[in-house]
Amino acid sequence: MSDTLLSIRGLTKAYPGVVANDDVSFDIGKGEIHALLGENGAGKSTLVKMIFGLVKPDRGEMLLDGAAYAPGKPSDARLSGVAMVFQHFSLFDALDVAENVALGMETPPPMRDLARQIREVSETYGLPLDPSRIVGTLSAGERQRVEIIRCLLQNPRLLIMDEPTSVLTPQEVEILFQTLMKLKAEGTSILYISHKLEEIRTLCDEATILRLGKNVGTCTPREVTARQMAEMMVGSSFATPEARATEKGEVLLRCDKLSLPAPGAFGTPLREISLEVRSGEVLGIGGVAGNGQDELLAALSGERLAPKGSIWFRGADISRAGPIRRRDAGLLSGPEERLGHAAAPNMSLTENAVLTGARRKGLVRNGFIDWGKAKGFAEEVIARFDVRTPGPGVAARALSGGNLQKYVVGREILQAPEVFVVNQPTWGVDAAAAAAIRQALLDLAGQGAAIICISQDLDELMEISDRFGALNEGRLSPTRPVSELDVEKIGLMMGGAHDMEVAHVDG
Amino acid sequence: MIRLERRPQPSRLWTGLTPILAVVLTMIVGGIMFAALGKPPLEAIRTIFWDPLFHPQFAGYSRPQLLVKAGPLILIAIGLSIGFRAGIWNIGAEGQYIMGAVTGAAVGLAFYPSDSVLLFPLMVVAGALGGWLWGMIPAVLKTKFGTNEILVSLMLVYVAENILASASSGWLRNPEGQGFPGSRNFKQWPAVFNDELVANTGMHWGVLVAFVAVIGAYVLMARHIQGFNVRLTGEAPRAARFSGVSPARIVFLCLGISGALAGMAGLFEVTGPAGQISIDFGSGYGFTAIIVAFLGRLNPFGILAAGLLMALTYIGGELAQLMLGLPGASIQLFQGMLLFFLLATDVFTNYRVRFARKEVA
Repeated sequence: MSDTLLSIRGLTKAYPGVVANDDVSFDIGKGEIHALLGENGAGKSTLVKMIFGLVKPDRGEMLLDGAAYAPGKPSDARLSGVAMVFQHFSLFDALDVAENVALGMETPPPMRDLARQIREVSETYGLPLDPSRIVGTLSAGERQRVEIIRCLLQNPRLLIMDEPTSVLTPQEVEILFQTLMKLKAEGTSILYISHKLEEIRTLCDEATILRLGKNVGTCTPREVTARQMAEMMVGSSFATPEARATEKGEVLLRCDKLSLPAPGAFGTPLREISLEVRSGEVLGIGGVAGNGQDELLAALSGERLAPKGSIWFRGADISRAGPIRRRDAGLLSGPEERLGHAAAPNMSLTENAVLTGARRKGLVRNGFIDWGKAKGFAEEVIARFDVRTPGPGVAARALSGGNLQKYVVGREILQAPEVFVVNQPTWGVDAAAAAAIRQALLDLAGQGAAIICISQDLDELMEISDRFGALNEGRLSPTRPVSELDVEKIGLMMGGAHDMEVAHVDG
Repeated sequence: MIRLERRPQPSRLWTGLTPILAVVLTMIVGGIMFAALGKPPLEAIRTIFWDPLFHPQFAGYSRPQLLVKAGPLILIAIGLSIGFRAGIWNIGAEGQYIMGAVTGAAVGLAFYPSDSVLLFPLMVVAGALGGWLWGMIPAVLKTKFGTNEILVSLMLVYVAENILASASSGWLRNPEGQGFPGSRNFKQWPAVFNDELVANTGMHWGVLVAFVAVIGAYVLMARHIQGFNVRLTGEAPRAARFSGVSPARIVFLCLGISGALAGMAGLFEVTGPAGQISIDFGSGYGFTAIIVAFLGRLNPFGILAAGLLMALTYIGGELAQLMLGLPGASIQLFQGMLLFFLLATDVFTNYRVRFARKEVA
């Protein structure tokens, strides 16, 4: 017996027009945490889908513990001891934790036994979770625990994790890492997909790097720098955003005790949010997902109207103005959800250019759309933001996540907003594209725009923000200059301990 | 094992191919059904699809009927297709069609026996208004109270049918009709008779308006921002709200347009081919138009072709009843099959079939 658990030999998968994986080979050892790195569209998803039995390879083979392994569907993979935690959770909000776990199992035990098993596993691995909680009330980190426990109950030999930390607070990341180390000590192998290079350096034993569907190298993350790994990923060096020291100008956008009821049973109400951003300034808003980020964006974009007197743009009350009037004034926004919110999946990029650019870019005359001009604008976004696509006639859903993100952020930036509110601008975007998007935001601020960046990526917020505030249960902490903060203070702000001075005295 | 795999983009080829495939499949399965009924299948198919246009004896009568039947179908289906694009399911075009006819006829009859040239245009406007108002009821209920427009618009068909019945036997009854139900006959009132514009073609004002509607709908959907907003609402409602489209406005726009066009179709029918308000005026055009809209891929020119095809099966179906003694229900079944196969083959637009070898468990 060797100490290789899964051996991947020459896996190849082609889709019409693109080779997603081209002759990829690597080994995952027993009890090894193996990182899979790559830009968006590098073929990571396709590769793990093949391992998990969601996609069939065109060529190549896999050996699991020395035996041929060719799962035809995910249940085959699970029976062979391969489990996966997806980036986007597939949980039912209205059901409780145990019911959700049962739904994902091949042969669920009776509910009472299952609840006991969940408690056992959650205690063993330090993942606190009450089996009777309704999933709709859980935070993103807790939801992830549901997915992880669902996997662990089946005693996997290989656990695949797709960008697990993108939704977690620093504290939650710590807990997750301890769990993973414990699993590793018990001999479970982990295939760990992430964009966060520092994370990979602290956690992973080996890293395989994919670029354009090919394996471009394996390295031991502890022995190389994050920058070296990133360069292998993108194949060229990328620019880290520059810090700037611009003059902060007048207040462009101000919220005055903005409160809004929750939009639905699982939404978050906004509670007395007060903030202001000045020309040339980037306000970073952090917080764990589900604490009012979407609701704040909807209130600022005009999708949901706010009570009179709560939102002011250049001294004018715009609380009751819809998205079109706000855009006309110069307040633009970019929602988190790319497909279905920021862009219409089945419509072409040209059509998606009209979605928000119709008026500011003069794409509509007397009610009629100038398709030539719209196409020109779409092409401009594609060129300026390096969107990889055959052309503007392609449907938005055909783009990879990172490319579509570049497109929807670029579409707003090229409309020269005075205030730009953006939620998760680099969610699921590779390092090079993320750097480009952040630089574009900084450039925009440099030109005198005010930017509100809502994000769950704290490194990102620290990098680009001038001031920082955190959302917790729909409340916004007082905003503070980034220079006064450290990770611990931020964690406290995110946890809802808004008045840090008092906390210090008590401590 | 057969698997369906989602295409990255909807296939343009299949979008055009599915209606043809659906027609072919309908002919095959319909033929089997006719055979099971003990009728010669090939002859039945030929009677339905070929004889109405080319039979030496009947074609002279049935060919003009093609436009007479297709006109209202196309006009109604164009209106419906705009709503369907936005995900607003107006199932009650039949009711709007009836109300358009009743309102328009009532306005006209109020001026009987005027011979003003303005009367017919006035009736057309009144007909459109009647259908529009009938479409506004589900629109208001949906936007104010969140009711389901499918149910409300469908229920209103039965209300409209009762209004039609009371009109034809009561308040619009021909005072010189010896007590028989039914209004005055517009065919005997030249000022408002919607006659053929060119003899023996079946081309009346309604058909002309239907053609104009085809072009108008194409321009609206392909070039105008409102058409874009309608499509956007159907494709991604959240993206539409983000864009600044008011969902309520789209509901009013779509139900308004489809109501008005159906009402106009009703008016052209009552003043033309039908001739009078009678208890059996509602002939199912409003429902068949739903099939036409989907058969035409919600595309205006597709609807034009689909309307002609569906009219053909109507006329051919009648001919087949007459000549081969096929039951009327089997013809309706045949038309239903067309929609069924269209929706079934539609899967290939968004999915491709993969034949994978059977997995060993």
